[in-house]
Amino acid sequence: MTENKEKTYLFDNPRNVKLVIRGLLVVCIILVILDLIIHRHSVHPWEHIFAFYPVYGFVSCVVLVLLAKELRKLVMRSENYYDAYPDIDPFNDDGSQEDHDA
Amino acid sequence: MPEALVTLPLFLGALLAGITRGKLRSILMLAAPVVGAYLVYTLTPGQNFETTLFDKPLTPVRVDSLSILFGYLFHLAAFIGVVYSLHLKDTPQLVASLAYAACAVGAVFAGDLLALFLYWEGLAITSSILVFARRSGRSLGAGTRYLLVQVFSGVLLLAGTIAWAHGGNGLDFNHIGLESMAGKLIFVAFGIKASFPLVHNWLTDSYPEATPSGTVFLSAFTTKVAIYALARGYAGTEQLIYIGVMMACFPIFYAVIANDLRRVLAYSLINQLGFMVVGIGVGTELALNGAVAHAFNDVLFKGLLMMSMGAVLHVTGEMRGSELGGLYKKMPKTAILCMIGAASISAFPLFNGFVSKSMIVTAVLEEGHEWVWLGLLFAAAGVFHHAGIKIPFFAFFGHNSKHIETAHEPPKNMIIAMTIAACLCIGIGCFPRTLYSLLPYATDYSPYDASHILAQMQLLAFSALAFLSLKLYEIYPPELRSTNLDAQWVYRRFAPTLARWVLHFVIRIDTAFRRTALRLMGRGVLSMVRHHRSEGVLARSWPTGSMVFWVAVLLGSTLLMYYV
Repeated sequence: MTENKEKTYLFDNPRNVKLVIRGLLVVCIILVILDLIIHRHSVHPWEHIFAFYPVYGFVSCVVLVLLAKELRKLVMRSENYYDAYPDIDPFNDDGSQEDHDA
Repeated sequence: MPEALVTLPLFLGALLAGITRGKLRSILMLAAPVVGAYLVYTLTPGQNFETTLFDKPLTPVRVDSLSILFGYLFHLAAFIGVVYSLHLKDTPQLVASLAYAACAVGAVFAGDLLALFLYWEGLAITSSILVFARRSGRSLGAGTRYLLVQVFSGVLLLAGTIAWAHGGNGLDFNHIGLESMAGKLIFVAFGIKASFPLVHNWLTDSYPEATPSGTVFLSAFTTKVAIYALARGYAGTEQLIYIGVMMACFPIFYAVIANDLRRVLAYSLINQLGFMVVGIGVGTELALNGAVAHAFNDVLFKGLLMMSMGAVLHVTGEMRGSELGGLYKKMPKTAILCMIGAASISAFPLFNGFVSKSMIVTAVLEEGHEWVWLGLLFAAAGVFHHAGIKIPFFAFFGHNSKHIETAHEPPKNMIIAMTIAACLCIGIGCFPRTLYSLLPYATDYSPYDASHILAQMQLLAFSALAFLSLKLYEIYPPELRSTNLDAQWVYRRFAPTLARWVLHFVIRIDTAFRRTALRLMGRGVLSMVRHHRSEGVLARSWPTGSMVFWVAVLLGSTLLMYYV
């Protein structure tokens, strides 16, 4: 398995990854500029704030991920959490055996 | 009377799937939903099938625009699901999936609560088979829990129906409302199936454990029947707005950290249901249209996403995000189809999610629920984040997993089923009028104006930017092998542990009680032995002379008393 035998795929080339990232940045910039150009008809005054949707979208996703990371500290357990059943077994506890024998 | 036979093609299909094999079975199973859909096509609103049972008037089949829309939808979903499962030879699974679809069709055409109850329970039983059919220890447990919850919902529905009829309302299934106790019972019954917060875990528990094609069927029917039932019985109920916005928001946190990608989709299903529930709660014509249209679209794009993940599971046998990645190299078609589903659920313009979600969001804002609107915007950004980006990214891109070497495209029928769903997602997105014309209220709503498109594109582009920045700065939480605690912890951990503790406690008390009783009995036996053994007071032998003496004393004293 030499390297030149292996087929290279689209995103194996870091340039293509960079291209995607730059493309997204360009799209974002254009969309913010469009906010100034297109007159938005809106139902609510908040919609008129400049770059309301971009900022809201960005901030809510960052908040979402940060809160989800905190949530992980609270709720994350091992993969087999529900499969394992250690705990106490009332029928094999000391002292409870005698009443079966009595 | 075609209206009475509306569920017959699918039920017959299920029956025939059980007794035929091979190509014939495939043809019959494909024909069943097509014939059924044609039957729905021949129906006209108001064409009800009525009968009487013990002098009670019943309407087992009621035809109106709402039931016709769902009728089409379920036949379509059944058709796509059948195509997706054509490679299967597992008879119980195939029979169950068509019977399940038939029950869903029956439920949306049910004109009275009794018929609804029967189909409601039919849904529970047939769908649980799709979970059991995975034939693993986990699916057995998840399926059993699923069945218990579903049957409990059915019991509540029955209790509510009896109370509702007893209150003099008859059995007709129309607007119910929350005023009466019966109304509340039925509301909870519907709520369980619609996966309201705290009773939602049956969904995220069982769907990831079902078979690849089973999950496709599951994601289409049960919850959509519940949405239909809520729209019919509780339109305009304000509580639904707040329940809905909770449903739209809280699951996305779990979706971000869940590892099993079908579990991510299950959480995102609850998030989409939240949008529909909000629409039903708002209750205006636009909102109800939006809710119903979104249910229609959700079946398509959620089905498509579930199918693409099912294909990955089928090929690699793996569904954990931590173990997958880079599969676009070997499964490019599946990856593209998955991304079409991802774009649709994220409500990109020209995809079907956009044309229905925007109706709900607009209706919410028009009714002045601005905080709810902010919640829905948050949920809309979040859904792109976890379903739109996370699902394709961790399955098909991201790091190179060990499955790349052995991976290949799934069977042709799976690709065809996904292609059908993808074409419908784009078709409805580009030509929403076809869907709008089927909606319960006539509408001239147009989703495609510059303001809407720009707002949505900004929201989505900057959500993607957020994902990108978090990923580049390595803040984004990695996929980890894990279980995340949720409301189900109460019945999967807390209640069993509590029961064990109580049992432990009872056994301790029981032991102590028995010991004391034994000790007391022992003492009793000992004292009896003391008094009755050979030298005991009560067992001593007495000389004859003393008896004669005492008899003489007795007779003497009697004589004395006679004279005195």
